Amino acid sequence: MNETLSWKEYLITRAIKVTGYSAIVFVVLIFFFLLREGLPTLAEVPLSTLFSIRWYPIEGYYGILPLLSGSLIVTLGAALIAIPFGIGTAIYIAEIAPRWMREILKPLVELLGGLPSVVLGFLGILVLSPFLRRLLDLPTGLTAFTGSLLLGGIAIPTVVSIAEDALDAVPRSYREAALALGATHWQTIWRVTLPAARSGVLTAVMLGVGRAIGETMTVMMVTGNAPVLATSPGALFSPVRTMTATIAAEMGEVAGGSVHYHVLFFIGLVLFLISLAVNVTASAIVFRTRTRAERILS
Amino acid sequence: MRKRIPLLRNRHLVQRLGFSLLTLMAALTVLPIIGVVLFIIKEGLPAISWEFLTAMPREGMRAGGILPAIVGTLYLTLGTAIFSVPLGVAAAIYLAEYAPENRLTRLIRIAIINLAGIPSVVYGLFGLGLFVLFLRFGTSILSASLTLSIMTLPVIISAAEEALRAVPQAFRTVSISLGATRWQTIRRIVLPQAMPGIITGIILGLERAAGETAPILFTGAAFFLPRLPHTPFDATMALPYHLFVISTQVPEMPFQIQYGTALVLIVFVLSMNLIATIIRSRARARRQW
Amino acid sequence: MVTRPMPDPKILIEHLTLHYSDGTESLNDINLAIPANAITVLFGPAGGGKSSLLRCINRLNDLADVKTLSGRILLDGENILDPKTDIIALRRKVGMVFARPVVLPLTIRGNLTYGLELAGERRRSRLDEAVERSLKQAALWDEVKDRLDDPASALSGGQQQRLCLARVLALQPEVILLDEPTSGLDPISTGKVEAALQELKKNYTIVLVPHSVQQAARTADYAAFFLQGKLIEYAPGQEIFTNPKDKRTEDYVMGRFG
Repeated sequence: MNETLSWKEYLITRAIKVTGYSAIVFVVLIFFFLLREGLPTLAEVPLSTLFSIRWYPIEGYYGILPLLSGSLIVTLGAALIAIPFGIGTAIYIAEIAPRWMREILKPLVELLGGLPSVVLGFLGILVLSPFLRRLLDLPTGLTAFTGSLLLGGIAIPTVVSIAEDALDAVPRSYREAALALGATHWQTIWRVTLPAARSGVLTAVMLGVGRAIGETMTVMMVTGNAPVLATSPGALFSPVRTMTATIAAEMGEVAGGSVHYHVLFFIGLVLFLISLAVNVTASAIVFRTRTRAERILS
Repeated sequence: MRKRIPLLRNRHLVQRLGFSLLTLMAALTVLPIIGVVLFIIKEGLPAISWEFLTAMPREGMRAGGILPAIVGTLYLTLGTAIFSVPLGVAAAIYLAEYAPENRLTRLIRIAIINLAGIPSVVYGLFGLGLFVLFLRFGTSILSASLTLSIMTLPVIISAAEEALRAVPQAFRTVSISLGATRWQTIRRIVLPQAMPGIITGIILGLERAAGETAPILFTGAAFFLPRLPHTPFDATMALPYHLFVISTQVPEMPFQIQYGTALVLIVFVLSMNLIATIIRSRARARRQW
Repeated sequence: MVTRPMPDPKILIEHLTLHYSDGTESLNDINLAIPANAITVLFGPAGGGKSSLLRCINRLNDLADVKTLSGRILLDGENILDPKTDIIALRRKVGMVFARPVVLPLTIRGNLTYGLELAGERRRSRLDEAVERSLKQAALWDEVKDRLDDPASALSGGQQQRLCLARVLALQPEVILLDEPTSGLDPISTGKVEAALQELKKNYTIVLVPHSVQQAARTADYAAFFLQGKLIEYAPGQEIFTNPKDKRTEDYVMGRFG
């Protein structure tokens, strides 16, 4: 490209190009600082302690297994809610709802995505957990299950909006062809539209789950904060503590540079790597299908 | 094939059941949202008064107003905008208008997706490590705003890029053919056309920043401050953190103040959402292409 | 194919070869002399390379994904494919009207002054002058003179295309390239555009890719027939449409294919 650029335009263009790389710079910076503050853990805490089942930092027990299991059980519960409801709602909005209904539903779901998680946590404490305690006759309403319910709600908008986009992107001709062959609307959705959009729907599910793993405030407020290893499905109805909640609850009280401080960063590193894995996989799906689609179309 | 007729009838029954199920699911997704908002309005409205909005907290935050939290959230939102808007829009311009389709660009896109997916509490850790400790900004509005900016960046970049890409390619070709440089084309034609979409994206990004708690927990949020912050190096109270504090950390907190704070927070956040929605739909109606 | 010797052509294309990365349209060793003050028509079936050639003449192909480009295009004796060419100045000198009327999302006046303002013209009187002159040249003045500050998108399709022509004329170019400028227009609008071109050729060099053989025959002073990236025949208009030398040109002109 040979354009005669004035020096002003040259500078602007340069600056824009530099900012273009900022996302990479920040991901690297975040990774670097988590490593810097988190890696000393491996020198300070024996692996056998780190991967034990006791988290009691005051006495030097830094077993992260209960926190991992806490995150896992709450996220699993949330996924069981968010996936069917998210995809169901996406299908309803994209395929079934009349136009005016769609115009109402989409902003409403977006609005749910915009509700601060601390507000949901607040209602979880005041309304949902007392209700569940009475309903299920539990000693406390602050359980993994309560967390899962709210977290499911938080993950739903992510799932809905990405899955809906994917369904919307399926060419109209696919549907028309199926309907012309005598398929019902329902069969068309299940056998044609949904399979055609499957990579987008899969991405939606992954990013929704990613959102749930990383959620902090809600789970800190409603899951009871008991770092106990979940060993049976019954743990769903008892208090747990997630990795995110542990960091949020304890970082404020630790001394910078202490072992506890390093361990909390180490947990942050684990969370970062999980979200990295989820998102790289999700974007690999997107890129792969896109290039395949481009090959077919060209 | 033998069972053609029953099968046909069956198909339609399945369809009707399936549609009912999906409709029910959508209703179960959406109705609680409306319920939550209405409930908070109903419970929180009695708490709202001029004093509540404009006075300092008293009696260990159990009485008085929430002014420092409101002001703090305004400051944080503004601070976030100052850093994330220019950076995010410029990055979006790069991706939409300049970036070649190559490995590096793909890497940038993956990085953006990753930034969007990093847990908010990890942003908090990063802000603590980089801004508070390493750069010695301390627990301050500056540190918290910077942390929130980086978290907001992917939202703004994605929305702005989408808005830029929606501007028809033909405008660019015509502008170039009339002797415009690439930047002149962007500034005079593409940016103005993409502006409503970009602003919508910015507001949605800032909305998220305004409602976040975890990233500011250890970068700038104060449990309680007897006065308003004076400089960017002061810590600040903020609405979401305040709601967290008064609903978990302060015993015998009057419900009314809790609900009132929640109401102010969601009004703040949802009005941003509403403005974004209005800008978007008005721009769509006025669009000439 | 023999290029007729032409004294002092405005544009001289020599051994031009072009391939896109995606393998669509290409040009193979094109030699063509385009005279000033005449309408030169490039015609032939779709995909023959006519549009690509047009886009070479004002370097708009720079925006496309070009794999190979060789040969020379001399405009007033200067090779415009030279990397040192000031392409901004070139594009002001060689204007282009596209197949679909694309008005910029500005007012009518804004569309016309866009190029001039970019070129640094700030004086209101000069701009107003250019607006009136170019609109008159494009036979649009009477229809829009009272609403110059309305959005250009409010104009009809035919008016928009004449505005696009006027927008090019406002820059006072020397060469005007038109890529099927009437393909989306009704016969009346088409007639107005063609009439304007006949008037304009007195002062400009016009290169036109017509949207039909009929339009080619109606407008051409010179005509070049393109087939699959090759220039098959080039001759004055009356000759090529009444007495084509090449069998392929004849078949196309007679409507046997295409």
